[in-house]
Amino acid sequence: MIPSLPRPAWFRAATTAYVIAFLAFLFLPLAVVAVFAFNDAPYPAPPWHGFTLDWFLGNASKDRVGLFQDSELLTSIWTSCLVAGSVTVLSVLVGTTNAFLIERGRFRGKAALSILMLAPLVIPGVILGISILAFASRLADLADDWLSWDLDFLRPGLPLVVLGQFSYIATIATLTISARLRRFDRSLEEAAWNLGASKTAVFRHILLPYLRPALLGSAAIAFLMSFADFNTTLMLVGADAPLTVMMYGRMHEGATPVLNAVSLFLMLASALLALSLLRGGSKK
Amino acid sequence: MSDTAQSPVGHPGRRWQARLGLGLLLAPALLWLGLLIVLPHVDLAILSFRERVGARQYVASLAQYRTFFGEPLYWHVFVRTAVMSVIATLFTLLLAFPIAWIIAKLVRGRASSLLFIVCLIPFWVSETVRTLGWMILLRESGVLPALLVKLGLTAEPVELLYHDTTILVGLVYTSLLFMLVPLISSLESLDNALIEAAYDLGANGFTVLRTIVIPHAAPGITAGCIVVFMLTLGNYLTPTLLGGKNSQWFTEQIYTQFITRFNWEQGAAFGFLLLALSTLIVVLGLRLSGQRFGEVMQRT
Repeated sequence: MIPSLPRPAWFRAATTAYVIAFLAFLFLPLAVVAVFAFNDAPYPAPPWHGFTLDWFLGNASKDRVGLFQDSELLTSIWTSCLVAGSVTVLSVLVGTTNAFLIERGRFRGKAALSILMLAPLVIPGVILGISILAFASRLADLADDWLSWDLDFLRPGLPLVVLGQFSYIATIATLTISARLRRFDRSLEEAAWNLGASKTAVFRHILLPYLRPALLGSAAIAFLMSFADFNTTLMLVGADAPLTVMMYGRMHEGATPVLNAVSLFLMLASALLALSLLRGGSKK
Repeated sequence: MSDTAQSPVGHPGRRWQARLGLGLLLAPALLWLGLLIVLPHVDLAILSFRERVGARQYVASLAQYRTFFGEPLYWHVFVRTAVMSVIATLFTLLLAFPIAWIIAKLVRGRASSLLFIVCLIPFWVSETVRTLGWMILLRESGVLPALLVKLGLTAEPVELLYHDTTILVGLVYTSLLFMLVPLISSLESLDNALIEAAYDLGANGFTVLRTIVIPHAAPGITAGCIVVFMLTLGNYLTPTLLGGKNSQWFTEQIYTQFITRFNWEQGAAFGFLLLALSTLIVVLGLRLSGQRFGEVMQRT
């Protein structure tokens, strides 16, 4: 029911209880991950043995490897950053050209193309992964057979991971940027033309500043989605594992609280990114 | 790269310029969709319709699909994945609807957007981290079993991981966001005056829900259900980690064929079956609610 209608007291109480229970359900898993990053025990499990920073700093006397010494984890974080950075740049660039193509271009087959652009969102990530894996291997085999070229970047590895993630993240960037471009007031552009501005000047001084929030927003989303991607990455990964794949492997084996430490780091990083995005969004 | 095809046409030089501009804008889109979406899927289809008969020798055949239908294990897992995904989608809807209603209708102004943002926060963190949380909570040596012993509900710690219910809890949890967003946006557009009018005419809460709220929110409900079903069907992380050896999720079969056994033909056929099911559900959902694909995607 809605606020303007009479609501019995039990209904109000039930509503509050539901909100509390729902939020508890949402935050409970994150809370335990954070808490057990500081537990002085070799496994992330109760009971509580006291507070420690061993899982961040390490402790040689107890044979504990902390996050900042775990070179395998640190390398995988760096790998994830490289992949996410590349995916972000590619997605925002292609998302921008796509936005202009869809909002401004006039050509035959535009409707079909804009539908096709949405397709990557309804294809399960695992299938995007295997199809790109198979196609890239076929190309690499062909190049090897016919030209005896050794195209290593088409074999499982980071370049393929970047392409695999980009294949669907580009759609999200396209949607975000074209939604903003659609609301642009064309008369601003026309006024600039009438005043003698060149096309490049109009783009740089009018369109680009107008699109900035959408460009920044889609960049942040692309980075986060790439960092969190698992399905597509798993199928295309080679020797260098990004963080999600590395964590998955360790979770299977039953890992030490160093995974909690790295998770806490991820939570803080994404909270920071989210906050700066929200602040930037509210300013505009 | 600015205005391309809409610049005033007439002057041959300008027309040529416009063509070039359009071409430059089309190139990235065509490369992206052609090389990463269309051709790989054509290739996957070809792969699934062939059979290896010798070293690097293949013939066209339906053998991969025959194996799927002939081997009960494979299609059992397929059906199981589909059924579990339907159940997970329904539970996600039931759980998300009251919260969406509270955010869209009961709470107002700043509190409403604050509550919405608080609900979004967990989903900024990757699924791996959230799944790690559930594992710490539910495993035999974990938090909840210890709590149950302490409360005297069980004598020994019980293993709460590796059950179907565990998988469902994990899947519902991961999917909530994708249900909340379309639900809230469709409920916000519902005019409160309609509900007041119905109430003044003597309708009770259930009638209002059935005859006003649900028909109005139907597009949002469909959009949310389609997205959640699709993501659940294609999920890998949550079922394998929370279900362990008992997970029997279809994406796991695809992984096994492709990566572990290196049987790409079989894996491709499995991939296509999963894609077919997921596409079927999307199309059916759109048909049932009479919506277009583009509209639904804009909503989510």
